[in-house]
Amino acid sequence: MLYSPIAPMHIPDGFLSIVISVICWAITIVTLGVAISRTNKSLGERQVPLMGVMAAFIFAAQMINFPVAGGTSGHLLGGALAAITLGPWAGMLVMTAVIAVQGLLFQDGGLVVMGANILNMGLLTAAVGYGLYRSAIGSKFTTKLTVAGVAAWLSVMTGALATSLQLWLSGTANIGVVVPAMLGVHALIGVGEALVTVAALSFILRTRPDLLGERSASAQGGRGWILTGVLITLAVVLLSPLASASPDGLNRVAMDLGFIQTAQTANGPLAGYIVPFLSSISASKIVAGSIGVIVVLAIAIITGRSLQTKKPNS
Amino acid sequence: MHSDAFDRYHHHDSALHRLDPRIKVVMAIAFIISNALLPDGAWMAFGLAWLFVLLASALSDLGLGYTFRRSFIVLPFALVAVTVLFSIPGNPVFQFHFVMWDFTITDAGLLRFVSIVIRSWISVQMAILLVAVTRFPDLIHAFEHLRVPAILTTIIAFLYRYLFVLSDEVIRLLRARQSRSAAAAGQRSGGGVLWRARVSGNMAGQLFLRSYERSDRIYNAMLARGYAGQLLTLNPHELHGSDWVYAVAAFLLILAMQFVGRF
Repeated sequence: MLYSPIAPMHIPDGFLSIVISVICWAITIVTLGVAISRTNKSLGERQVPLMGVMAAFIFAAQMINFPVAGGTSGHLLGGALAAITLGPWAGMLVMTAVIAVQGLLFQDGGLVVMGANILNMGLLTAAVGYGLYRSAIGSKFTTKLTVAGVAAWLSVMTGALATSLQLWLSGTANIGVVVPAMLGVHALIGVGEALVTVAALSFILRTRPDLLGERSASAQGGRGWILTGVLITLAVVLLSPLASASPDGLNRVAMDLGFIQTAQTANGPLAGYIVPFLSSISASKIVAGSIGVIVVLAIAIITGRSLQTKKPNS
Repeated sequence: MHSDAFDRYHHHDSALHRLDPRIKVVMAIAFIISNALLPDGAWMAFGLAWLFVLLASALSDLGLGYTFRRSFIVLPFALVAVTVLFSIPGNPVFQFHFVMWDFTITDAGLLRFVSIVIRSWISVQMAILLVAVTRFPDLIHAFEHLRVPAILTTIIAFLYRYLFVLSDEVIRLLRARQSRSAAAAGQRSGGGVLWRARVSGNMAGQLFLRSYERSDRIYNAMLARGYAGQLLTLNPHELHGSDWVYAVAAFLLILAMQFVGRF
């Protein structure tokens, strides 16, 4: 079989509610609109064949696998690699084409839910992957590759978290189970992604450094991407433990917002309106969560500072 | 590898093959949206939807079982919906004990789970049928007519055109890796997981450079043939009267499904 689905992230039709599908399509269409106008502005007609062949490259590179253990194998998904090598907007367009063909031709991922699949595996992965990599773009070889590895791992985790949240909001899966399960599986898939991405980038840096140099498409993304990357990272870091530790709290919020109609029978019509979120989370969890936020912010600021001071030297 | 190695198109001269690709795309998407809109447990409507798939299959000359045989691709994903069996409150239907936990399947949970799987299963059959009766370039062309931005459809057209070329490259890379990874029977060979991942990464990097350089050559070749920024087609689509008849009939059937499912 030439093509086999590689990760449990392509949502088929029927698993997302219409509301969630439409919301995801709206986000995807707006982002792609910006991506198209940016690539049209910054790149010439030369770029279109390049992006097309690169989309085929991502598709083909997903066939390269390596045995890990017990019959499982590691793969490349490619969102972070595409964004790092081609720049964030072009990377998003390339990943969109890949996901569209996977859905259309191989039924790996549905048609009506394709907006969600593009968002999870194309846009979010590219934004996180590029955003974090952008923060290290001027630093040394090893720093750059380490950050790229972390970025690739996080891009997979971001996609997995977004997928599980959409499934949960559609009433298709229980949040207390789907979030830890998806994140657990993808934490391992993400390690494979990170290793292959780092090795591929290191190969490209050694053979064609100009493709990732200062004047390449890879360096064209603005500093705003760093902020985007850090914000999405923060959201993932904060939401994952929250969703795993106190699913009931998030469930209540989703019910109050009317996303999960199926679970409404469990509550009276006004049951959730008295501080729904806080009442179900104990004070200790709030304190723990706040400490977590502060620690992550501190790490982000310190890393940012150290990278900034390093920049003039290198 | 042949250029059609990834193709899902099956050539016949049937009514569905001749139907305008725009109508096919719009009807398939309308059908899938309609499935998503059907309430849980609308068994009559689900049955009608499946009849719709069978009717379309009959019109396509591919045989009634064609979509069914290929529809099991969605089953692994059903695993994520298993949790609703236990989590939706309702009357217990079935209880069992596993290791140290008690599980209770509720009637509401069962209804929801079966509905999700059926919806998904019927929807994927329509998607399978769509690519089996429509050539991929026609499909892309239809999306262009449906206002998908030209840059995206062009990237997709390139992806489709060069996928088998780059797959050949991958197969060569994989074959090279295999032939230098000889091992004596029963003996451990090769490095650890990290080493294996690095080898794969180098292969991906190698493939990246080959693709990148190939895209340069492709662009130059296209320029030499008069490329000016967009792909042209020699196969303009025209809507005929019979196309509209099929479109209206399919639309009425979808409406009927919704009516049966809701009232």
